[in-house]
Amino acid sequence: MEEQDAAPQGRAPGRHRDGSRSVKTYLIGLGLAAILTLASFWAAQSGLVYGPAVPILLAALAVGQMGVHLVFFLHISSGPEDTNNILALAFGVFVVGLVVFGSMLIMANLNANMMPTPASMQMQP
Amino acid sequence: MFGKLTWSAIPLDQPIPLAASGLAMLAGLAVLGLITWKGLWPYLWKEWITSVDHKRIGVMYVVLALVMLLRGFVDALMMRTQLAIAAGGAQGYLPPEHYDQIFSAHGTIMIFFVAMTFMVGLMNFAVPLQLGIRDVAFPVLNSVSFWLTAAGVLLVNLSLVVGEFARTGWLAYPPLSEIAYSPGVGVDYYLWSLQISGVGSLLSGINLTTTILKLRAPGMGYMRMPVFCWTALASNLLIIAAFPILTATFAMLLLDRYLGFHFFTNELGGNAMMYINLIWAWGHPEVYILILPAFGVFSEVIATFSQKPVFGYRSMVLATMAICVLSFMVWLHHFFTMGAGADVNGFFGVTTMIIAVPTGVKIFNWLFTLYGGQIRFGVPLYWALGFMVTFVVGGMTGVLLAIPPVDFVTHNSLFLVAHFHNVIIGGVLFGAFAGYTYWFPKAFGFRLHEGLGKAIFWCWFVGFYLAFMPLYALGLVGATRRMQHYPETEWQPLMIVALIGALVIAAGIVLAVVQLVVSIRQRDATRDETGDPWNGRTLEWSVPSPPPAWNFAILPEVEGRDAFWARKQGGRKHPGEPPPIAPIEMPENSMVGVVIAFFAVMLGFALVWHIGWMAASGLGGIVASGLARAWTTATTAEISTAELGEGSHRKGAPA
Repeated sequence: MEEQDAAPQGRAPGRHRDGSRSVKTYLIGLGLAAILTLASFWAAQSGLVYGPAVPILLAALAVGQMGVHLVFFLHISSGPEDTNNILALAFGVFVVGLVVFGSMLIMANLNANMMPTPASMQMQP
Repeated sequence: MFGKLTWSAIPLDQPIPLAASGLAMLAGLAVLGLITWKGLWPYLWKEWITSVDHKRIGVMYVVLALVMLLRGFVDALMMRTQLAIAAGGAQGYLPPEHYDQIFSAHGTIMIFFVAMTFMVGLMNFAVPLQLGIRDVAFPVLNSVSFWLTAAGVLLVNLSLVVGEFARTGWLAYPPLSEIAYSPGVGVDYYLWSLQISGVGSLLSGINLTTTILKLRAPGMGYMRMPVFCWTALASNLLIIAAFPILTATFAMLLLDRYLGFHFFTNELGGNAMMYINLIWAWGHPEVYILILPAFGVFSEVIATFSQKPVFGYRSMVLATMAICVLSFMVWLHHFFTMGAGADVNGFFGVTTMIIAVPTGVKIFNWLFTLYGGQIRFGVPLYWALGFMVTFVVGGMTGVLLAIPPVDFVTHNSLFLVAHFHNVIIGGVLFGAFAGYTYWFPKAFGFRLHEGLGKAIFWCWFVGFYLAFMPLYALGLVGATRRMQHYPETEWQPLMIVALIGALVIAAGIVLAVVQLVVSIRQRDATRDETGDPWNGRTLEWSVPSPPPAWNFAILPEVEGRDAFWARKQGGRKHPGEPPPIAPIEMPENSMVGVVIAFFAVMLGFALVWHIGWMAASGLGGIVASGLARAWTTATTAEISTAELGEGSHRKGAPA
């Protein structure tokens, strides 16, 4: 780690993309995002997709949409100068995952244990 | 025109709140009058209020925290007095509907506006200096963060004069905090002040994280950073990850209260337990947000006062980051008894015990740092040693409470109250005072009075044990928290001991004020001419005290850990010509922070009282100030080499 940090003062935040290339990437990103959005509406409405599979397909399209946003709009890449961003993203995904799945687990467990009884129902206002 | 606001909002019929608010207003007016009389407004405006210097913002955070410590401590004394007299048939002097406001305000103020504010202040002050840089990544945003925190503080204090504060406990659990059971404005004051200051905390967290990740002195690799910078990094990462949960949870409760939603009511599929789950998903990381910077302060203090590098640097870093991650995996232990089954309780009990392991690693590292060191018993080390003893006791009762069957016996009791005061006073507050004493000479150029510093420590240390050890005992025999009176007269002697403990702590607080006054009056005797009063190890001691606005005229070249110590021991390994002094750009003062905070107070107050036009103008003002700032093009000023050369002493240095 120490060698890698020999020149730790990376470029200042928010200043590092050159303009000419970025317009193109934004346009590609916009196109992909639009296609993915339309595809989800199509999947939900056309009836060509096997019914129970629709939610899974929508989830897959949503993940793709997030990927497009990260790569084309937020410029997350696997380059060495993006290590901080990747680590921050990983930490964020980890925490969101913990909170979401932890909450689901906890709430399911609470609901299973605390089903209302006739006595407790009478205490409701 | 004025929504729910009428003259009846001012508590003219209740003597105690009226006296308290009258006294607070008089004190405020006296301070404002004194400033006007002395003609200090231009100085304050130019040098402090609009300052974007991280050191000044850090100092203002600490001042804010100390003022709020007085307010929160008055609440504590009132509660202890109430419980010392309300035994048997006695009802004490505080009616229940006032007592519950006091314990709610005490918790809210002490966590959000004392502990949090103090720690953010210390990080703001010390982190850029330790990293060898000139300011944080976003200096103007830093000012906005501070003033938003101050806006939240002002709203909480307004609730003392106009209206009431929440009666729901410091976390405002529904259904009690829902509109059906708390129709008054108390919960709204609570929610809006914390939403506004929460935005400030989040922005400050982003700012300091970016600073640590992106702006370090040349050669300052991650594994060369001082331990305090590591703990600050972990703490700010936790702020970024956890505060959005708090904001979202409060936003849902606000929707429930204002627009008739049912997130946390029993109707239409709402579930109050979801609030309790989410608030603790923020709340547990929050306690580590508070304690991690304190751990960093102790690491610096113990290494400096043992005149040895900190023992086990790598394990210290690893333990810090382990706590950072583990702190997100334990939150259910705050509600073991609220319906979870044995398997879920068991899982979270085990993760809670695991988090004690990295904390134990740190304790041993500090012990081994002391071992064989040339120890000087300065005041910061007193706090550090007192912390190590006290925090271990608090940690052990924490591990005890982490066992779900034990928690079923002790939950909601004074045992729990004693436990978390044990870790927050013994950990965070001792750390805050250690950092305050340690960095004071750096901030102002003179040391705090040594003898009084030791007296303050002993008052807090002895007072803490007197005040909270009885609560452990009372909790075990069944005294519950938030109890306004009790029939068992045999509890009363211990309650009186606890009151005496609180009074001893009060003596410590009074002495802290005396110490400040005495130290300022005798400042010529304790002047810090060298910039290095403690024989320090890290870069903040390599610049004059107080540092110039730009901290370092030439950014230091870092070649290892404890960079300043290494330089004092034998100079640079690769001596060469120092780079020539070049002019530098520094950000100019900006009033955007204080203006946004003004409109934020307006918005918060208007939303509490349902005053539409005022809320709209507050929101409009915030947006307009942000836009005006965005269109400002000239935001930096150049500091010439002449100024840099002479400028070890800055103009208008305080005192």
